Amino acid sequence: MSGLQNPERDPLWREEFSVFAEDEQYVTRRQLAKFLTLTSLAMFAGNAWILAKSLLRRPPVYQDVAIARVGEVPVGGVKLFSYPGPKDPCILVRTGEETYVAYSQVCTHLSCVVFFNASSRRLDCPCHQGSFSVTDGSVIAGPPPRPLPRVVVERRGPDLVATRMEGA
Amino acid sequence: MRPGHSPRRRKAIVVIDGAIALLAILLIVQMWLLSATLESYLRGHHAVVLPAAIVSGVLCLACVGLAAFVMRADRTDREA
Repeated sequence: MSGLQNPERDPLWREEFSVFAEDEQYVTRRQLAKFLTLTSLAMFAGNAWILAKSLLRRPPVYQDVAIARVGEVPVGGVKLFSYPGPKDPCILVRTGEETYVAYSQVCTHLSCVVFFNASSRRLDCPCHQGSFSVTDGSVIAGPPPRPLPRVVVERRGPDLVATRMEGA
Repeated sequence: MRPGHSPRRRKAIVVIDGAIALLAILLIVQMWLLSATLESYLRGHHAVVLPAAIVSGVLCLACVGLAAFVMRADRTDREA
């Protein structure tokens, strides 16, 4: 009982399990400092992860890939494909009888997937209302800082072939 | 803070609170740095990634130092 009457004489360990509500504040201070430090380590780990991703990225290798057959896509229609790798979504749009354009489907703002809006003839990003011209991929509206990377499409016989990307 | 605490203890608690406040400010700066770096990286601006990681590491070391200071100050004061 002497501890309750004169709590400042308590051993150090007992303060961690104090019966006094006020003493809980001291424990809380230390816990808060630990929590903030661990969160700081997590923030640094995030930055280090981004750095590692940036250092380990390799320049893409472009190969000729048949992405569609001529006439497969109706005028105003689209076809989704992957280029240059299987994790790089792209969109092919038939804008006229003999006109095809293809772009990366990844928005240059925060990497959301863009889709073709046939009524406005734009490529729209639903995340932050970004819009790109379907003609050249340039930014029409919204926060995207760069045009969409364009996939160069060539017609070879009955096939539409992606040969490389521009602006990636 | 109990009324029975010594002036030394009260002073120590003020110092500890100040260190924790500084720790919180550094953490907020680090959070902003991470979000800004991620945004730049996704935009394709890779030049900022390395300096941001270095600054984040320095801020992290500062946080670790402040936390160590808080622990030491608290322990020293309670043992005194």
